This record gives sequence, C-alpha cells and structure tokens, in this order.
Amino acid sequence: LFFTEEDKYGLYSNLLFKYFLAEGIVCGHDLFVASAKEHPDNILKELPAPLLDDSYRKELGDEAAAMKSEDFQDSMKIAWRYQNLPKMETSPTTYTRFGHYYDVSKKMSPELCQSVKLHSFYLHEELPVEPKMKTCNMNSGYARLLQSIQRIISQEGFDGSDPQKKQRNVLRIGIQSLGSILWGDDVCCSDAPEDPQSLTKFLYVLRGLLRKSLSACIITVPAHLIQNKAIMERVTNLSDMVVGLESFIGSERETNPLYKDYHGLVHVHQIPRLNSLICDVSDTKDLAFRLKRKQFTIERLHLPPDLSDTVSRASKQDLAGSTKLLSSGCGAMAIGKKHLDF
Amino acid sequence: QGKFTLLRDTRTDGSFLVHHFLSFYLRAGCKVCFVALLQSFSHYSIVAQKLGVSLAAAKERGQLVFLEGLKSCLDLLFGEEEQPGQPNPLQFLSGSSCDLRALFDFVRVSLGAAAGDSWKGPVLLVDDLSVLLSLGAAPVAVLDFIHYCRVCVCCQLKGNVVVLVHSNEDSEDEENELVVNSLCHHSDLILWAEGLATGFCKDVHGQIKIIKRLSLRQAEQDVVQIYQYKIQDRNVTFFARGLSAAVL
Repeated sequence: LFFTEEDKYGLYSNLLFKYFLAEGIVCGHDLFVASAKEHPDNILKELPAPLLDDSYRKELGDEAAAMKSEDFQDSMKIAWRYQNLPKMETSPTTYTRFGHYYDVSKKMSPELCQSVKLHSFYLHEELPVEPKMKTCNMNSGYARLLQSIQRIISQEGFDGSDPQKKQRNVLRIGIQSLGSILWGDDVCCSDAPEDPQSLTKFLYVLRGLLRKSLSACIITVPAHLIQNKAIMERVTNLSDMVVGLESFIGSERETNPLYKDYHGLVHVHQIPRLNSLICDVSDTKDLAFRLKRKQFTIERLHLPPDLSDTVSRASKQDLAGSTKLLSSGCGAMAIGKKHLDF
Repeated sequence: QGKFTLLRDTRTDGSFLVHHFLSFYLRAGCKVCFVALLQSFSHYSIVAQKLGVSLAAAKERGQLVFLEGLKSCLDLLFGEEEQPGQPNPLQFLSGSSCDLRALFDFVRVSLGAAAGDSWKGPVLLVDDLSVLLSLGAAPVAVLDFIHYCRVCVCCQLKGNVVVLVHSNEDSEDEENELVVNSLCHHSDLILWAEGLATGFCKDVHGQIKIIKRLSLRQAEQDVVQIYQYKIQDRNVTFFARGLSAAVL
C-alpha cells in the first residue's frame, strides 16, 4: 500500500500517480482508477508515453560513459582523502533496469491504453445504492469504493478464487486525493473531524483486500490539509510505504540558490518491511525531484558547493535545519533533530 | 510465568521483537494465541521460517492459534452472515457493540485448556494494539480488553502476555499515548525499541531499552539496561552502546 502525501498544488503527486498507472499498462496489468476530483477517463488520457527501449537506453548510456571516462583521469588534489570513496551515482545507472522510462511531454497512445482492462470509479457517477456490505460507520463514499474494489477482485479472479484462470495478472489500483472534501470526508477541513476513523478504517480494509489478492495500490492524499496529526500517524502505521512530496513552488526555498537545480524534495517516511526482518535501506535519505521537459527524475540531493564570498548566516542555519529534516526521512529509522551540531 | 511484557517502539519498527517472541515461545513448547492485526499470515510465516520455526506446522498440531485480523475484517464486511457459535472476533467494527468482548472471548477460548493438550503455559501475543484504536475502538475499551486478558491469561492460566504498541515523542495521538502510558505502568517488563536520536545509521538500527519492574507494589527502582542493535536477515545482533562492529 503506497501512500503519497501530495504536494501543495498536487502537480507532482499527480505525475507520480500517472507514472504508476502507465507502468501498469506497459506491464500488462489491469488498472482500477478511482477519483472524486477528475473523471478517471480524463486521467487515463493523460498518461505519459513509454519510451522505446533502444533510443533512450542508448542516450543514457552515452551520457554515463562520457562522464565516466572523463573523471577517471582526474585525481583529486585537495580533497584526496575522498578519492577512495565510490563515486556517487545521482541517477539510476543503465544496468539497473527495473521498470520502464516515460516521456512526460507525450501522451500515451489510446491503443496502448486499451490493451489492458480498465476499471474506473468516479464517485459522482456512482449510483447511490445502499452497499451490500456492512458499512460499519464508514463514510459512504469510502464504503462504495471498497465494495467496488472487492467486486472487481473477486469477479476478475485476482484473489485466486477462480481456479480455471490460468494466467494470473496483477491489479494496479490508483486512488486520487483520498480524504479530500470531495469524498465527503471532512478530515482535511477541520481540526476535529466528525468521523476521524473513516479514513483509517478504509485503509485497514483496503490493506486486507490487497494482502488477499495480487494487487498493488497507490493513494495520494492532500496531507498538507490534514490538521489532525494523529490521523497521519495512524495512517503511516497502516501503510506499507509512505512518501511525501514537497514542492518548492510558492515557498521560500524556490529562490534559495542551494536548491536551484530541483523542483522539490522527496521525503521517505516509511519503507515496506514485508516477509523479512530487514527492509531495503538505501545509503542516503536525501532525495529531491525535478521535472525536466521530458522526464521526471528523483535524485539524491547534493548541494552545490558554497562559492559565494559573503556567506550569510541565515541561509546556512536554515539549510542545516532542513538537511537534518531531510536526513531523518525514514520512519523505520530514526529522526534526529537536535544532536548534530556541525 | 504470569508476566505481562510490553513491546514498545518509537521512531522505528519494533516488529522484529514480535517475530522473536513468536518463535521463542513456539520453540519452548508453549501454546500461543497470536492476534495478528497488521500483517498477513504468510508474512509471519516466512520470517518465522528464517528463524527456524514453521508456523503452518504449529497451527496443524494445535500449538498456534492465529487470528489474522485483516482476513477477519474482510469476512465481517464482505462475507455472508456469520454462523452462530462462531462469532467474528472483530465484531466491534460493525458497530453493534463498542467493546472488545468478542475478541476477548476468542482469546479465552483459544487458550483455555482443551482435552489432550500437553503444552506448557499459554501465551497471548498481540501485534499491534495501536491498530485497534485506528479501527474505532475507544481507548477505555482497549484497556479493558487487556485487563481481562491479563486476568485470564496471567492470573488464571498462569501464562504470559506480550503486546506491541507504537508510540512517538511529541505524538499528537492522545488516545494512543493514553493507552501506552497506562500499559507501561502495568507491565512487568518493557522492551522499548527506539530509533537513534542522532539520525539514521546503516550499522546501528536502533537502541533497545529493557526495563524490568522488580516489584509492582513497592517503590523499588526499575532495572534499566540499554543496548544497541542491528537487524540482519536471520538474526538481530545486540551490543553495548557505541561498540557496534562498524566502529571497533
């Protein structure tokens, strides 16, 4: 259960959402798209087009090769202690091929879209029929969504209930802007929502459905609107992976020269620890994203060297504060705020 | 015997402790009732296999009673009407009753001595209690449930109870903090897994504080021990603070 906290204007989280769906189409998975904001058909029309393997790989390969040959000869003169450390790769290298690449400037062709089975749920078009399941005091929008998902899972045999079906497929579920007022839940508007447990109950049942079937789900939530932090803590507990996107638009970081290459930060709050005692921990927790014309990339955040003559104290302290927040990301590891003083 | 152990985690994931206790008690030959609210059976099964215990086999021979919370919840919501005599333990979800009596009955029945049982002491293991609050149970109901379980398992059946809860510093989740603080006062042993205060580290995943209550009646000082740990694929290594293998 992949839980994404939306950035303020929803631009980048929407992009991540579309990437998830596009990957599903390219892999041949069935899709289920649910939204209360935009009609799912519109969402599906806007998926990025996949890049054909050869041309892009070659491009990436050339770039990487050029970089490597250049640096090999240089030996460091001043910071020679760092010579022995492995080179930091900012973006995934060519030989780690997991998933596909997409071109954000082009739309996916309708034929490719139609090649998989698409199911959609648009809240405002659903019939206001009393759901057959016991709602257990859950928001009716959520209850209907759950019922819809459960129906698809059992009808299409994603839970293995149909032994005749030889080829088992994966269902990718995408739920957009859950918890927003459009779903009928006021958890995003008020400090003391009427029914704070609807969202958490929904997530628990969804988790049950996902565990029981071959499906994966991405949810985006406008977390910046949720005043009640207790709900966010509970929600984090109930999800497998929690990622927050913070965009720089409109914040003072937009003009901060230290962040000039990037459009926002990626906070990884939790990574899944499934079927194992350990989880897959990467070396660094500082990640930032940027949206180039054709590509949306997530990279390790590396700060440009501080070359200015007048180093202002304010920006340094602010940066120190934010880097501490950055490196604390993962909820499965630790959060350190006060103990590093350099 | 008759001990209540609280597993607590802050800023990190303490589920490795749950896996440890599960395989520990099964290997010791105890009858275990495991209320697993957060993960599926196969998750625990795969990890237990790495630790050398087979959950499926334990279930077969009646040593392990496994309540898969996620599955019960789905049965409650989407399944047909329940059969009488087999009430769903998570009945409080449907709103008909606001206490956790059905869950307690389930525990009591599973751990009650059945004919032909030759297991040593019964054990109740819960992972994790904070989920019950997210599902709509009131904190008082959760505390009542634990109280009833303690009376039944620890006092009457002379067994042990191990419960996992999450907590956070500066947590705004008051209900959760209420439950956690209350349980802390009632525990014989607290294992508190915390993430390092200085941030993420590859070689030291966190620190564990072991607080042993010497006596609940007298005001003796609790014994506190602190170790740091690193989790590996099949095993967790503990070491004294500052002495991780990476440093030595």
